[in-house]
Amino acid sequence: MPDKSMSAAEAVATIKSGMTVGIGGWGSRRKPMALVRELLRSDVTDLTVVSFGGPEVGLLAQAGKIRKLIYGFVSLDSLPLDPLFTQARERGEIEIEEYDEGMFVAGLRAAGARLDFLPIRAGLGSDVLPANPQLKTVKSPYSDEEYVAVPASKLDVALVHVNRADAQGNAQFLGPDPYFDDLFAMAADRTIVSAERVVPTDELLTEGSFHTLLFSRMFTSAVVEAPRGAHFTTCEPDYGRDEAFQKHYATAARDPEAWAAFEKTFLQTDEAGYHAAVAHFHETQGAS
Amino acid sequence: MTTAVTDTAASTTAQGTATNAEVCIAACADTYLESGEVLAHAVGLIPTIGARLAKLTTAPDLVLTDGEAFLMSEPGPLGKPASAGGTIEGWTPFRRIFDILATGRRQSIMGASQIDAFGNQNISLIGDWKKPKRQLIGVRGAPGNTANHRVDYWISRHSARIFVERVDMVSGVGYDRAAAVGDTLRFHHIGAVVTNLCVFDFDETGRIRVRSIHPGVDPQEVIDQTGFAIDVANVPETRTPSAEELQLIREVIDPRGLRAREVAN
Repeated sequence: MPDKSMSAAEAVATIKSGMTVGIGGWGSRRKPMALVRELLRSDVTDLTVVSFGGPEVGLLAQAGKIRKLIYGFVSLDSLPLDPLFTQARERGEIEIEEYDEGMFVAGLRAAGARLDFLPIRAGLGSDVLPANPQLKTVKSPYSDEEYVAVPASKLDVALVHVNRADAQGNAQFLGPDPYFDDLFAMAADRTIVSAERVVPTDELLTEGSFHTLLFSRMFTSAVVEAPRGAHFTTCEPDYGRDEAFQKHYATAARDPEAWAAFEKTFLQTDEAGYHAAVAHFHETQGAS
Repeated sequence: MTTAVTDTAASTTAQGTATNAEVCIAACADTYLESGEVLAHAVGLIPTIGARLAKLTTAPDLVLTDGEAFLMSEPGPLGKPASAGGTIEGWTPFRRIFDILATGRRQSIMGASQIDAFGNQNISLIGDWKKPKRQLIGVRGAPGNTANHRVDYWISRHSARIFVERVDMVSGVGYDRAAAVGDTLRFHHIGAVVTNLCVFDFDETGRIRVRSIHPGVDPQEVIDQTGFAIDVANVPETRTPSAEELQLIREVIDPRGLRAREVAN
């Protein structure tokens, strides 16, 4: 069985400008932030991002990486809105496909099943249809009902962060919610899995039952060990959200000068430099 | 205006007068009166307390969540996940929520940034779709919720900026829009819109109407704070919670008094 472990830089180097990139997690929860930070360091641009959006959408939008966003919401959970995303949207910079959350999931399921679309009741009567004129409806062959035909969200690459994985790419979640990471993996040609810890296969069940094995190596192309790789979003039970840091991010995002300082301190550095800067932030803030 | 004399008297003797927040909580609880064994989904503190109050009084079969991935057989600690206490009776990660709502076994109280006279609701953006004046959170689950099961709304600050003639982006579907779609939206049902001033429901044409005005609220204020025409003649007072309900709210569900943060006394 192939060993798929590699560095974040090696894994992200496979992402090319113009690709459609799905990002796992939900809001400000278990986001593959180490991979996103690596993407921010790259010169990749013109991406179509598919996400239940959290801070990764704001960061990628601010960096000018996103041409188009397919989403149901963007939120930081404990803070309702991500300022970087709302600013980019209000500048009219990003092409948008805004779906109902159930529609969003239907798009992923359609892609995973290699179907053009899946029908759903959600969206009918709402402005989701007029706002997305490419969306079509489909008439039931069995009754007079007509449904929204959600197009498949076919992904070139999916990025997900999990608690544990083995080097072959079997991915495990230990928190309360798998979110939709397995659906992202099945909708994608290639999936990059980052994990808090990469463990030998025979140790996968030492911390969680077999129910926690979220998806198989069949769907994984690369495995990146990334301790605190979801920071500052949650990665339960390994760690919760870094609320103080998230607040710092959101506050800085509202002010160009503060944002320049944030970028210099936290983003214009490598992953080790990022975590060192975060540690320093907490030492000087006195918060954890 | 008629007053619910008995209820008011009962609550006054046992627990003192109900606050505005407590009146709102009881109105939210009343949205679950005929729900049966469905998943109660409540966004915001007052609706959450309302759902828990309903579970402990008139709607014992309701299924509650901790707001994360777990179903709770009895209300857990307010604002905290199941891991902070409470009895777990089920697991509903986000993916399963979408499966449940499609079966119709769910009922929501949602918020709104804008809402119109037919119950069309907006949480997505203010201004133009292509270049919004203010980007908000996105449509989230509002289109699917309103297509699949009963939805009620909670507005903590009733104002003419929220109750508008036309919403900028229909997220939750209103009665006029649902009627235009026809049979595929036969599960569409907006019950009530509870605000800090009054309770609305909808008439047989699908237009909003004032069902009751909270005790102590001037009907003219409801007119002034609503951005479309409403009739407040002969509108009764919103019921006040009973002594038992007040005791449950104050001593069991929200002993720390968090409700006053959302609606001041």
